[in-house]
Amino acid sequence: MQNSVTASADRHHKHASRHTPDRRKAAGRALVLLASLGFLLVLLLQLLHALGATAMGFSDWRPILIAYLLWVVAFGAGQILTRGERGQRALFLLPAVFFTVAVVIFPTIFGLYIASLDWNLSSVDGPRFGGLDNLRGILNDTYYWNALGNMVFYTVAVLGEYAIAFGLALLLSADIRARRFFRVVFLLPMMLSPVAVSWMIGKSLLEYRFGPAATLARDLGWDNPAFFASPWMARLSIQAMDAWVSIPFIMIILLAGLQAMPKEVQEAAKVDGANGWQSFRHVTFPIMLPVSITVLIIRIIFKLKLADIVINVTAGGPGGATDTVSSFIYRVYRDRSNVGYGTALAMVYLLIIIVLLSLLLRLSRRWTQNVV
Amino acid sequence: MGPRAKRMLSRMLIYAALLFWTFICLFPIYWTVTTSFKSAVDVTQGHLIPWVDFQPDWKGWRSLGLSPDTLFGTSTARSEFVNRFVNSIITSVGASLLALTLGSLAAYGLSRFRYKFAWMRNDDILFFFMSQLILPPVVLALPFLVLYKALALLDTRFGLILLYTLTVLPIVIWIMRDQFNAIPIELDEAAFVDGLSTWGAFLRIILPLAFPGMMAAFIISLVLCWNEYFFAALLTSTDAKTLPVMVASQTGSQGINWWSMAALSTAAIAPLVLLGIFLERYIVSGLTTGAGK
Repeated sequence: MQNSVTASADRHHKHASRHTPDRRKAAGRALVLLASLGFLLVLLLQLLHALGATAMGFSDWRPILIAYLLWVVAFGAGQILTRGERGQRALFLLPAVFFTVAVVIFPTIFGLYIASLDWNLSSVDGPRFGGLDNLRGILNDTYYWNALGNMVFYTVAVLGEYAIAFGLALLLSADIRARRFFRVVFLLPMMLSPVAVSWMIGKSLLEYRFGPAATLARDLGWDNPAFFASPWMARLSIQAMDAWVSIPFIMIILLAGLQAMPKEVQEAAKVDGANGWQSFRHVTFPIMLPVSITVLIIRIIFKLKLADIVINVTAGGPGGATDTVSSFIYRVYRDRSNVGYGTALAMVYLLIIIVLLSLLLRLSRRWTQNVV
Repeated sequence: MGPRAKRMLSRMLIYAALLFWTFICLFPIYWTVTTSFKSAVDVTQGHLIPWVDFQPDWKGWRSLGLSPDTLFGTSTARSEFVNRFVNSIITSVGASLLALTLGSLAAYGLSRFRYKFAWMRNDDILFFFMSQLILPPVVLALPFLVLYKALALLDTRFGLILLYTLTVLPIVIWIMRDQFNAIPIELDEAAFVDGLSTWGAFLRIILPLAFPGMMAAFIISLVLCWNEYFFAALLTSTDAKTLPVMVASQTGSQGINWWSMAALSTAAIAPLVLLGIFLERYIVSGLTTGAGK
């Protein structure tokens, strides 16, 4: 592994020396080798202990974590010893790489293993290998497919958020007074935790009996302002809350795009006699298209993680109408302690997301190319 | 209608729209803050304006042990709240600092040197880091539950810090790489001429220059970690509970008083509202990194 990490002089003209004294090289290799052996030894010891083969071992796996850290330090030192200047350069990247491998790659692979287990934390039996049982269960799980269907709605609703955010960005880039004040105020909802928003809006403002929104709706002639009773109304209310929190993000990025737009373009359109709508339709919008697509994709990525608000306001109700995949899996674990099945659901979701996003990225590349 | 009248009208429409959205943004916050000073009657009758509609009272804050008259007494509610608050601060600051350290190093490397790891070049490595953003928390949550149990990291602040670092690391790398790319390479070279090593040049010359970007990355990380709920809800139970988990658990219980819930929500969002008002510049500059390119 250590041989394949090579850093070569790029933007720096300072030459990375290729010649390090042989003794230092040997010392570096020995260090890495020793550290690796030590790490493997500790790992083996603990594995045997966990399997019950040996009595010697640690009470939990934390020493493995420490051993991994020590190994990473030794590996880094080995890089400097064996590869000198180039080792020093590799050292910039290595901490982040080893961190990510330890907390993402390894747990994800471990998750694939868990997903194949029939493992209920509350049952006494412990994990049992189930092969593809979980997958078969997913195919028949109407709640899961229902949640996926809801995700389609939530994802499409991003377009609505985008339209409002674009309008706000245009307002903020117009010639107005107190621009900074409005910008700070419009940004605020983004800072609030979705959990607090769940209570502030979902549980109190929209509350059926005393919530001011319900009172206002009654005054406007809606006799029965139940925001979370019927499936579509509940879905829309959840979406409205999520939009409230996330519109500022889209708005800020679009605003930056608008401000980076050359002024001459707009003025040229004005000289040509274009009215407001025409210059937006034919000048502003096409120029903003690449930024728009970028921000839409980022927003969709975050939307696919939507959970907090749903968990706290409706818990997926009524009848699963507002469930997102994340909130559904959360309940699979919280109510049924079903780790194996929950992980399998999450893995299938990840697969769907990866396929969807690669399609989206490819499509978006074509659109942006057509414009430019 | 003359052109001047038309102009006036369009300006009025713009300000009307701006004020309307200001109302949309501020009313929920206003409602929460004022409700924390209401009594039951004021809530049920929908009173809105303090001193006009209703007499403000420290009711909500008293139930948290944070009103003037209870502030110096002992209060279990307050000690729980303070404990959660401190947990939130430690986990979000800790994770943001760790992510900033790891992310800045990686971003500097990616901005200055050319790496090759198997088939992966710089762009692939960057994509590798950024692709972590796609991963929904649910995919990691349950494996982490099992792993943390084995590592005895369940319900610890350190365990949360590791996970939060992971969620903000891609964003930090993205912001910092842009920041380092904007610093001319000649500065590094001048440092080498002065006899500094690669790391010396980074630590003593480049890093101080990248400070505004680091602030932006740090603050955005802070916001994201402070508000994180999903992992905290699954992985903490008593000791390491953070503020969002506390808010959520109170929401769930039946018959909770509106005023105490409002006080709790106000206390939970206050630090971030202040951050948003005073450090808006950094937040905007961090978010717009790379936009419009």
